[in-house]
This record gives sequence, structure tokens and C-alpha cells, in this order.
Amino acid sequence: MANVLVICEFNDEGSLAPLSAEMIGAARAIAEGGKVDAALIGSGVSGLANEVASYGADRVFVADHEGYKDYQLEAFLPVVEEIIGQSSPEVVLLGQSNVGRDLAPRLAFKHNSGAAMDVIEIKTEGGKVHFTRPVFGGGARADVTVKGSPAFATVRPKSQDAPAPDTARKAEVVAISTAPDPSSFKVKLLETTQPEAEGIRLEDADVVISGGRGLGSAEGFQVLEEVAKLMKGAVGASRAVCDMGWYPVAHQVGLTGKVVSPTLYIAVGISGASQHMAGCAGSKNIVTINKDPDANILAASRFAVVGDWKPIMEGFKRKVAELRGT
Amino acid sequence: MHIAVCVKQVADYETPAANLRVDDATKKISAPPGVAPVVSQFDAIAVEAALRIKEAAGEGTITIVTVGPDGAREVIKQALAMGADEGILVNDPALVELDSFGTARVLAAVVQKLGDVQLVLCGRQATDWDMGVVGAGLGEILGWPTVSIVKSVSVADSKVQAERVLTDGFQKVEAELPAVVSVSNELGEPRYPQLRQIMMAARKQVTNYSAGDLGLDAAQLSESGLSIEKLYKPTYDLQTEIIEGDTPEQAGEKLALRLREAKII
Repeated sequence: MANVLVICEFNDEGSLAPLSAEMIGAARAIAEGGKVDAALIGSGVSGLANEVASYGADRVFVADHEGYKDYQLEAFLPVVEEIIGQSSPEVVLLGQSNVGRDLAPRLAFKHNSGAAMDVIEIKTEGGKVHFTRPVFGGGARADVTVKGSPAFATVRPKSQDAPAPDTARKAEVVAISTAPDPSSFKVKLLETTQPEAEGIRLEDADVVISGGRGLGSAEGFQVLEEVAKLMKGAVGASRAVCDMGWYPVAHQVGLTGKVVSPTLYIAVGISGASQHMAGCAGSKNIVTINKDPDANILAASRFAVVGDWKPIMEGFKRKVAELRGT
Repeated sequence: MHIAVCVKQVADYETPAANLRVDDATKKISAPPGVAPVVSQFDAIAVEAALRIKEAAGEGTITIVTVGPDGAREVIKQALAMGADEGILVNDPALVELDSFGTARVLAAVVQKLGDVQLVLCGRQATDWDMGVVGAGLGEILGWPTVSIVKSVSVADSKVQAERVLTDGFQKVEAELPAVVSVSNELGEPRYPQLRQIMMAARKQVTNYSAGDLGLDAAQLSESGLSIEKLYKPTYDLQTEIIEGDTPEQAGEKLALRLREAKII
């Protein structure tokens, strides 16, 4: 039995991110009769308490202030500390996100504890909470426990099943009045830039077509974009090609980029370095198009075509258009 | 200005997953024999960031700090060959087995001992254990402003400016020095050492520190952090169906048909 606190995550437009439900579900599973608390820290988030309750939270701490709109370490640390103080959890779950990546290790050091980063499995074994995390870019896995209390962990998006919401469920709501004081911040936020959203969001797309170094040039992405448009999908890219400037960083799939889990993931000219697999291994069906029959990614692929990507994609595109009757 | 860059020696991250040696008994992962360890990729980028700051300022000292066995001297040499000025190797056997939480405390002790460091740079995460906690630890222990996962970092008028990489977009921030900054791959490729610099690096100073030199108690440093209970390779029980055709175009068409048949599209 453990009391678990979940620090919720939000989508850009302020709605509750799926990751929040996924974390609450995971928290419920390890709580085993303990209490599940959730924290909503943001601007205009108080209306989300019922939704959080519907996923399984017993109590919801709400810190609603415009100063929490953009994540800043110095704004979030005091309010999370306040909530940890009131909740007294044994385990604190955060997202492996802009927020959790920064905040979780910091909290761990503050509490002389530890943080299991980027976990994909959480279970209780012999009275201790065990976290499974991919290491070496996913080439191996480590089951870890945390020395210290509370135990902190960041949860990889889409690694947990979100529970079905039960709208009849109600939670106690606790308002937190701690307000951030930006004038005291040592790190000043000058500007936030968000890329123009175009088409379907990579994380939400049901079909993702990703390109790697094997495309040969930045122009190759035009073909992938055409196919993605036809299939109402989104285009992803390997880190190597983002680093070379062939495609925008916001489309990077992998350990240091985005995690996607579409029904269909088509990897074109991607060898499947562990760091890339970390971002796409959760896809339901991986298809590989690669000239190298020994490419790493084949082992994780359901279908593969070995050969020159361009004519293969041309044939694929033609047939998909035909099947769709366009 | 004195810049400290924290680097880590790791098993070569280009090693294909299938060739990694995973030892659950010792809880260690290594590359096959003969594959030399390398500087963790993001740490080499942190060295690059430090060199750019020094070049822009026209002055400064860059100290490379690592915690590791005697062999880790190699990663310091590599950073020195890139253009860094001096190195510190904490090679105390009592400290080299610490996890990233303990290591952050050792690195912070080195920075405190150096005394005049204004900026600490490190990689966003090490390419072996993929934790990404050292920068946060340094910031917490030193009590300095901390900026994580940046694609650019510059210094002017005793202030550091950096651009954080977010999942969608970027965040430009500014902080007073001294500060801690962790860098990401978007910053750009680390430079390749020139022969002349490699030769010069051989004459640069590398100092060894022990736990005693830093006033650290190794036992206490391992009281927090993580304990690895089990280490293993993930298994995929998946049969890959290779789709062939008389021509590549035809193979592509067959792929589309096969996906339709399997009700995937």
C-alpha cells in the first residue's frame, strides 16, 4: 500500500493531457488501497478537477494562477513542495515532459531521494515500488527502486493504459493559494516560441511516416509528406536528419524527441538506433522500408520492404491512392 | 571567466543494441571487447558550447571534470584536444561506482573546490543510463540558477542567455552568473580535434582528486538515488514479414495491399 501523488500534465491549449490519465491509472494500480492524490498546477485549470477524479484520484490539489501558465522551475518548485507537504506521498509521479524532466530530479535532490526517469512500467514487488526504465537508448532495461522517500519517477507518455473515466466518481478538492513571485526568480523567462501547428499533431496521428538519413536528402521528405497527406497522417524524422537540418526539430521522434504510438509507423531509411526506437517502439505496427536487410529496426517491424526507398514509396503511394479511391 | 564542463565516459553509444553486453550480476552494460569507450555525446556538445562562449569572450578558462576510473583520463584528453584548458579526474574507487545522484554531488564538490567557476555546463543526459539528473543536482547543491536542455547558450555582462528546447517550441531565458546549464543536441556538432591541438593537449594539466581531497564520504553519497534490482535486454517476439516484388514499385504496391489485408489501413 502506498500513497501516490500525480503531478498532472496539460495540452498546449490547457486541456488535460492523456498522460495525466495514464499516470493516475498507474498510481491507482500501485496504491493498492492507499490514497491517490493529483495536483493541477496551471492557469485556468480548476475546471479539470472532476475529470481528474473520474480517472481515479481521491483528492485533487488545485493551484490555479496565471503565473503557472508557462512552466518555470522557480514557479513550480514551491507549489509542488507545498502539495507534497500536504499530501505526504510515498511515491510522486510526474510526466517525462518539459516539466517532469526538469522538476523531478530537482525534487529528488531536495528530498535526498532519487528519481527514476522515463519509466515505462510500475509495479509493487515485495512491498516496494519497482520502476522499469529503458537504458542505453532502449538497448537494455533496468528495474529500479528508489532509495529515499518520497520516491520520484517520470512516466513516459503512452507507456501506461489510461483508465476509462467514471464520471460518477468524486474527489475532495483542495485549493492551494501559493502564488508565484516572478520578481524573485533567478532565471527570467524572456520569450516562448511555439511553432505554427500545421496538419495533424505528430503525437495524435494514427499514421506516422518517418524519414532518416537513408532518404539521401532533405527533398526526400516531400515524398513522405505527400504520402502522409494521402493517409491523413503526420511526418516524423530521426534525430540524425533533424541535426543535419533536413527536417524541423519539432518532428523528431526518439528518446530526446517525441514519443509516438500510432496504429501504423512507417520508417523510411531509418536504421533504428536505440535512441529512435525509444520514440516509436510503442507503435502497433511498424513497417520498415530500408535498403539494409540487417537494419536494427527490422527486428521490431511487422512488415519490411528491402530496397531503394523512392520507387518503393512511389508504388506504395499509387496503390494507397487507388485503395482510397482517390 | 572560468567554465567547468562535466563529461562522462560511456560505452560507445553507436553499438547496436544486439551487441551490447548486459550483465545482471554486476549490473553493468558494456560494448563488445575492442570497442573503445567514448565521451557521452551530449557532454561533447557541452564542451563545444563552452568553447564557443570562450571564443566569443576572447578569454576564459575551461576545466573538464569527470568522475571515473583511470581510463576516463581519455575523455578528458579528447576534450582538451578540442580546445579545453585543463582537466580534473575524480578517480577514487569509492566514488566511481556511484549513480548519477551521487555523481552530481561529487561534481558539485569539485566546482566548489575550484572556487571561481562562473558557469557549469553538462550534457542533457548521459547516453548510457539516460537519466538527465546531473544538471538539476548541480543547481540544487550549488544553489545556482539552472537551465536545462538548451540549444544555445551565450554569456554577456555577467549574464547567461539560453534557449530551452521544449516538446513544441523554445523558451528563451536569462540568468545571473554563476549558473548551471545542460545542453541538448540541437546546439550543433562538437568540433573535431586538429592534430596540432591533439599534440598540445598532451601537455595540458590533468589533476587527480580523491574523496578525501573533496571532503566527501562515499557511503553517505550512496544513501540516496536509485538501486538497480534487475538489468536485462528487452525481447521482441515478432516475426517480420519481408514483402518482395519483381520491381521496387511492385513491392511498394504489395505493401499497401498487405496492410489493407491486415486491416491496418
